[in-house]
Amino acid sequence: MTKNLRVKTSKFIDETYKVSFKFNGTTYYGYKGDTLASALLANDIHLVGRSFKYHRPRGIMTAGSEEPNAIVQLHNNTSRTEPNVRATEIEIYEGLEASSQNCWPSVNFDIGGINNFLSPVLPAGFYYKTFMWPASFWEKYEYFIRKSAGLGKSPTVPDPDIYEHKYIHCDVLVVGAGISGIIAAKTAAKNGFKTLLLDEKSYLGGSTIYQNSENFKISNQISSSWLEKEINEIKKIENLEIKTRTSVAAFHGYNFLLARENLTDHLPLDQRKNKTRHRLLKIRAKKVIMATGSLERPLIFDNNDRPGILLSSAIEKYANLFGVACGERNVLFTNNDSAYETAISLFQKGINIEAIVDNREEIDSKLIKETEKNNIKVYKGYTVVDTTGYKRINKISIMQLSKDGQKVMGSKVSITCDCLGISGGWTPAVHLFTQSGGKLKFRDEDQVFIPDKYPSDQISIGSCNGDFTLNEILSSIPNKLKDFLNIKKTDYENLEVYSSFNKSKRNIWLLPSDKLIGKTKPFVDYQNDATAKDIKLALREGFRSIEHVKRYTTTGMGTDQGKLGNMHALGIISETAGSKMGELGTTTFRPPYTPLTFGTIVGRNVGEYFDIFRKTPIHDWHVKNKAKFENVGQWKRAWYYPKDGEDMHEAVQRESKAARDSAGILDASTLGKIDIQGTDASEFLNRVYTNAWSKLAIGKCRYGLMLNEDGMVYDDGVTTRLDENHYIMTTTTGGAATVLGKLEDYLQTEWPELDVYLTSVTDHYATVSVCGPNSKKIVSQVIPDLDFSDENFPHMSFKNAKIGKIKCRVMRISFTGEHSYEINVQANYGKSVWEKCIEAGKEFNITPYGTETMHLLRAEKGFIIVGQDTDATMTPIDLQMDWIVSKKKYDFIGKRSLYRSDTIKEDRKQLVGLLTENPDDVLEEGAQIVADMNKSPVEMLGHVTSSYYSPNLKKSIALGVVRGGKNMMGQKLIIPMENKQINVTVADPVFLDKENKRLNA
Amino acid sequence: MFIINCPYCGEREQSEFKAGGEAHIIRPKQPTELSDDQWAEYLFMRKNIKGVQFERWVHTHGCRKWFNVVRDTSNDVIKAVYKMGEKPPTK
Repeated sequence: MTKNLRVKTSKFIDETYKVSFKFNGTTYYGYKGDTLASALLANDIHLVGRSFKYHRPRGIMTAGSEEPNAIVQLHNNTSRTEPNVRATEIEIYEGLEASSQNCWPSVNFDIGGINNFLSPVLPAGFYYKTFMWPASFWEKYEYFIRKSAGLGKSPTVPDPDIYEHKYIHCDVLVVGAGISGIIAAKTAAKNGFKTLLLDEKSYLGGSTIYQNSENFKISNQISSSWLEKEINEIKKIENLEIKTRTSVAAFHGYNFLLARENLTDHLPLDQRKNKTRHRLLKIRAKKVIMATGSLERPLIFDNNDRPGILLSSAIEKYANLFGVACGERNVLFTNNDSAYETAISLFQKGINIEAIVDNREEIDSKLIKETEKNNIKVYKGYTVVDTTGYKRINKISIMQLSKDGQKVMGSKVSITCDCLGISGGWTPAVHLFTQSGGKLKFRDEDQVFIPDKYPSDQISIGSCNGDFTLNEILSSIPNKLKDFLNIKKTDYENLEVYSSFNKSKRNIWLLPSDKLIGKTKPFVDYQNDATAKDIKLALREGFRSIEHVKRYTTTGMGTDQGKLGNMHALGIISETAGSKMGELGTTTFRPPYTPLTFGTIVGRNVGEYFDIFRKTPIHDWHVKNKAKFENVGQWKRAWYYPKDGEDMHEAVQRESKAARDSAGILDASTLGKIDIQGTDASEFLNRVYTNAWSKLAIGKCRYGLMLNEDGMVYDDGVTTRLDENHYIMTTTTGGAATVLGKLEDYLQTEWPELDVYLTSVTDHYATVSVCGPNSKKIVSQVIPDLDFSDENFPHMSFKNAKIGKIKCRVMRISFTGEHSYEINVQANYGKSVWEKCIEAGKEFNITPYGTETMHLLRAEKGFIIVGQDTDATMTPIDLQMDWIVSKKKYDFIGKRSLYRSDTIKEDRKQLVGLLTENPDDVLEEGAQIVADMNKSPVEMLGHVTSSYYSPNLKKSIALGVVRGGKNMMGQKLIIPMENKQINVTVADPVFLDKENKRLNA
Repeated sequence: MFIINCPYCGEREQSEFKAGGEAHIIRPKQPTELSDDQWAEYLFMRKNIKGVQFERWVHTHGCRKWFNVVRDTSNDVIKAVYKMGEKPPTK
């Protein structure tokens, strides 16, 4: 049923290797070397998708990564499914399955196509304008808008493929392996530079490699044959690495580039196992040579989007590279000489050309003469005004252009065709150049933006620099390379170049029509269905900045980022608004140049490697004993240890009770530990903590509070004086690294005169904390040589001790309010000491507890947790911890800020205890606290920061911050919840053992 | 991502470093003698220049040393790098 439009063998296609693939459920055949697009075209299939907004039938438009229309879903409903894949880029392989997107039930009959007829009421900004009122309806609108939004479907199961990242350092990076890139890479490599050459295609040589015509010659050889020899030579150069199927996604400052190397997407699925699919290359190049080429521009006229309308250069490429005719009755429409290259190529392949429509009236180049010699009718000074054919173009209407190009005149001529090639000249691919911070300038003569100022050590050569003809390229490159690489000579001086190409061009951004613009659909952005009409509407509505017009009309906001139509959008804005193109500038080109898969971006950082975590030396014991874990900073901390099907609440209640009734044991290894040494260590602590340290005796411990310079609480912990000039500081688990950083900052930049050395020893020690009335009995069994009497070893003191031969530091400090010891040992002994404590504690029902119980126990005592009960707005005074702020010390970090006009306000939020009227009501952490529900709006006084049910007090307890809370003791407040209000009383935040008797129990 | 020439380790990727804001802001020796406004000037006020700025950086994932960088914030070109305590370059 389908036709075979394969015309002539191409050396790029392996016709002995037949490949079968499925498109929309039907099996087709292509050859190895085909892209999905070329294989579909060979089967005479143009209609591949529906446009985003109007659901208009759309076909293959280009032959490269700039494709706006032919985007398909691969392997639908499998783990390897991928949306928005450009059919022009994907190489076919045995078993490939692709389907159309954005259509239902099928691409041939699409219900959404009704939008096309509704288009008069769907102008730019339709959604903004329509779904604004009434505001309360938004949620209903959103449901329907979301359903119709987006093109392809994202996969719903994990990606089975492997991705990786790789760093590459090179002297010279060449981006693009067309004729310019090949010359540059060879020159650089031969002069001793370690060179890397990248190209997004599977082959080298760009468009020159299939330019098989007597009209383009270098040193008397057809340009493609000349280039082929060059390619064969560069493959042998040792210090030149070549990567194909590798597209540069981003060009950042300092010549840092990201490229995606595609390793398996062209292989049959069964050959991809255990292979890396994409590799993200992170390239740092001393010098960068951009040879990214140029993109052909479409022409903007009514109904310029029908299937069967392609870029003229794409038609040439399909014929020359893939041996495929895009149609049997071809018409070309152009404003420059490029289309004649296409015409000659088609003619050589025996493909029929009905006519060429040329904007220009007076044209005279060798190419045109040769075309006319072949009896091809050329309509000079004409423009296409309309096309017909819903799912495939079948006819065009042309009219004569007025002298100024603003109007059409005369009578309409119809030409029957099944394929229309359009050529609006060329746009240099400067996307990556501008990403790197490069500045463009506008060249009026042929209306292009070209590189002007380079922000780093880089140059642009070839057509991405606006040198479009073979002569221009080959005459400019040698000198450019000599300057850039600082070399004396290249192999390309004074080459004899012959090119029939004439540069004349008649640039008309929006071609005139015999109809009013309101009655036409001249598409500028094909993927997002933005027309010239929409752009004009935006200007009428007052938009002036191109960035605003872009967002309002969505021009250039599709997955192709408007690679085809952006220039026309600018041109139309400039003409309509009467501003100069050069002054208007361009919209911002942002990475990635072509879309990247998420897999490429994350590389190997998936699953357990997504976010690395740290384990304590006792971790395995926790796992074995079925602990649930909590993430604290990067650490996995034991959260609670459920027994016999307990839930978290039950486990925590049991653990909390056991710790106060007899004994509990906690893995505190994650606390930050900083070893502080030096003759000025005491002075240093005086400056960084709010309280005084000079008089702390050797062997004693002290709790310290650290502020930021703005007076807000930053961290807390116990510091022990091990020796005259030796301290060990503990920090919060999450704050360890930042505290060390802050201390180093002050030490190195503000107080370099202090003799102090800081070393992080967090990972070097394991810490086992045993608490409860029986803790002394347990640890004295584990460390029998140590005198645990209160006289020898009182609360807040430290002893060096030995467990067998293992040295350890024992601190008698407490975060639970219980009699408690912390044993610090070299990390690799941690688990063994823990197990010894468990063994010794058996007779006392020693109960391992996790962070949740720890939090509950400290809340009973009103001890704060920095970061939970505080945020960056709480001073120690707000926390009712005035006792820890030294009045005598002349200075410490944050001191001056404690009496700024704002910090001394009486009505700041202050930490208080909260008791619920009903002792069984447990508050929700984060809940708002109010006093008067009848006030409008209800005034929010603060919020609950910690809340638990205390099994030891048999009631609900909570901490919270309340505006002016210090002076509200005993007052009733309200916690409004979704379905009820909870009445609370402001109380002392110390709920248990206010006299601290238990510390010595 | 730019490259910073750490005065102790040499050229390294930006990701090894952390920025520490404007340089040469000296902590007052006698904060208690300052008015609220004077203290606020030290505590909060930063220039945030578009152009050449003197800044502090620390080689967090390297030698952990603080040092100064002269950077053009508009294009990230680093003009000079010098150690803490050294005089800033005048040109």
